[in-house]
Amino acid sequence: MAAVSGLVRRPLEQVSGLLRRRFHRTASAALQVTVRDAINQGMDEELERDEKVFLLGEEVAQYDGAYKVSRGLWKKYGDKRIIDTPISEMGFAGIAVGAAMAGLRPICEFMTFNFSMQAIDQVINSAAKTYYMSAGLQPVPIVFRGPNGASAGVAAQHSQCFAAWYGHCPGLKVVSPWNAEDAKGLIKSAIRDNNPVVMLENELMYGVSFEFPLEAQSKDFLIPIGKAKIERQGTHVTVVAHSRPVGHCLEAATVLSKEGIECEVINLRTIRPMDIDTIEASVMKTNHLVTVEGGWPQFGVGAEICARVMEGPAFNFLDAPAVRVTGADVPMPYAKVLEDNSVPQVKDIIFAIKKTLNI
Amino acid sequence: MRKMLAAVSRVLSGAAQKPASRVLVASRNFANDATFEIKKCDLHRLEEGPPVTTVLTREDGLKYYRMMQTVRRMELKADQLYKQKIIRGFCHLCDGQEACCVGLEAGINPTDHLITAYRAHGFTFTRGLTVREILAELTGRRGGCAKGKGGSMHMYAKNFYGGNGIVGAQVPLGAGIALACKYNGKDEICLTLYGDGAANQGQIFEAYNMAALWKLPCIFICENNRYGMGTSVERAAASTDYYKRGDFIPGLRVDGMDVLCVREATKFAASHCRSGKGPILMELQTYRYHGHSMSDPGVSYRTREEIQEVRSKSDPIMLLKDRMVNSNLASVEELKEIDVEVRKEIEDAAQFATADPEPPLEELGYHIYSNEPPFEVRGANQWIKFKSVS
Repeated sequence: MAAVSGLVRRPLEQVSGLLRRRFHRTASAALQVTVRDAINQGMDEELERDEKVFLLGEEVAQYDGAYKVSRGLWKKYGDKRIIDTPISEMGFAGIAVGAAMAGLRPICEFMTFNFSMQAIDQVINSAAKTYYMSAGLQPVPIVFRGPNGASAGVAAQHSQCFAAWYGHCPGLKVVSPWNAEDAKGLIKSAIRDNNPVVMLENELMYGVSFEFPLEAQSKDFLIPIGKAKIERQGTHVTVVAHSRPVGHCLEAATVLSKEGIECEVINLRTIRPMDIDTIEASVMKTNHLVTVEGGWPQFGVGAEICARVMEGPAFNFLDAPAVRVTGADVPMPYAKVLEDNSVPQVKDIIFAIKKTLNI
Repeated sequence: MRKMLAAVSRVLSGAAQKPASRVLVASRNFANDATFEIKKCDLHRLEEGPPVTTVLTREDGLKYYRMMQTVRRMELKADQLYKQKIIRGFCHLCDGQEACCVGLEAGINPTDHLITAYRAHGFTFTRGLTVREILAELTGRRGGCAKGKGGSMHMYAKNFYGGNGIVGAQVPLGAGIALACKYNGKDEICLTLYGDGAANQGQIFEAYNMAALWKLPCIFICENNRYGMGTSVERAAASTDYYKRGDFIPGLRVDGMDVLCVREATKFAASHCRSGKGPILMELQTYRYHGHSMSDPGVSYRTREEIQEVRSKSDPIMLLKDRMVNSNLASVEELKEIDVEVRKEIEDAAQFATADPEPPLEELGYHIYSNEPPFEVRGANQWIKFKSVS
């Protein structure tokens, strides 16, 4: 069996293995991996590692996933471990939670998180709160994953960001990967975590390739949940974002660098528990804060960051009020010009940064 | 001889009042078992149903009697404690429905699984927790089975998944537990209970569909006590044949006031599931004496006459007692003795539940996450912090 699986082992690993052997003294072998493939890899590795892990959701098996994220998994693992469900979010989310209560480790995919609203009672009341209500008797080791937030031209009912909704609830962990490395490390950590974890992916990021560092190629590569990453060091302003906007922030930083403004860009990676320490340390260094998110402004991730910074030591280091860049406070419109202006663009981030720096 | 010694030891332990009659009782010869006729179940998509006669051993009879009496007295004690304001919030009592929890347990193994909604105290007991830890959870004390964190609707035990507050949500959960049973391949099944009110929830039909599609070893059980809170079944359901509501899932309607009928139906249903045929549905026709909860007197939507009629004609404990006494499986005195022992057990438990201290404030933040190093949880303002330990 091992020989056969070795034969069908992903070419990726064989190539990287070769590179490792030949070039072990040079810089890490760079590999280009899409976010989609990174999540696929992460799930594949965890399915292989632990028999109790299984995936269920609409079109995850024979269709290879609505967005092809689970491509190849049904072929490899079969009906028992990769399960196509009928269109019954409340039902199959509840089934997944029940299976987790009984000791399995399900990955429950929502085709998009918009549909998770139908099942949100199972996520919050059956999954998130149970360990607490049972005083530690009943853990719920489940992962809910799927694309979150705006896509392109899918309009109001298919574009909502749920970071604030899920981030609100104690008992849940909520992660939001940006690049391929984030995606793989976080899905693996989420699956191994004994708690309900919501992983908010992004459809527009699935096809984007990133350099995959050597360590990310390992089967034991994990990214700790609850730890943000400083993607770019800077001295003038702290820019905090999660998911796709992290890329926009880095673009903005590149533009601003030419003008002599150095942005420190923080990739939150986890919404809950939020790594406020990393943000505070950065603000204490730069004295300015801009938050960026795709979701609506009211009661959002940025609002929470601002509130916490006010309550902590970093407040005294602020030279200007913190500023938020968010999605427009409207249901997502369809027409391209309207949609483009309903999500944070690079120019909006640059404008906000300059405003807070009073430039 | 053994019986005589047992009687003598009871006398010496001082639990008794009339040594003379006890010795007499002990020396009487009881039947080892007796055969009883039970009501035939209405069937849906089934060629045959559970047997119409069953054998009850003396041992089992005494066990069921004691269990039902314990549940009964425990619920009545909860009523009392609630009126004294020692129990607060929600308190949904199941007195009248004892044959359901005891009969179901009698038809399955301890390694099988069970999940129900909020009228859960009886099941919490039959699944193995003590009256002490149940009452102490109701009074919100540290000795409660959930350390005071859950209360009436959130009690858990091995292979017992609560205790669920959201009407109907437990049904997909139960189907999921059944999925795990099938996945693990150990021949275990899951009993998934819901009421006549919950039976109209959409997610239940989603669960029926997936359970049937994937042949999950799940017994869906509708505990029909005729009223969903204040709404009678006729006012809530276009079809009150709950055992047929699973459509493509075979079903049976069971006399939920007869512990033996429930037991036989459960064995039948369990066997169906274990043989890999997929889910099956059982409707237990039962009745609750109390209102929906302690905030509901229970007489605005039904008559006292109706309640009294059920009590006098169909009380599950009375039915079992009459059967046992009339078949010489036990004597009236012996059963009275059990009553006395049960009362004492409940009284002791209530004492404990009243005297045990509340959980320490430090534990407010505990049990947010499983398997996690300690972290801080925010209190009512930014300066109040609680430690969170798994």
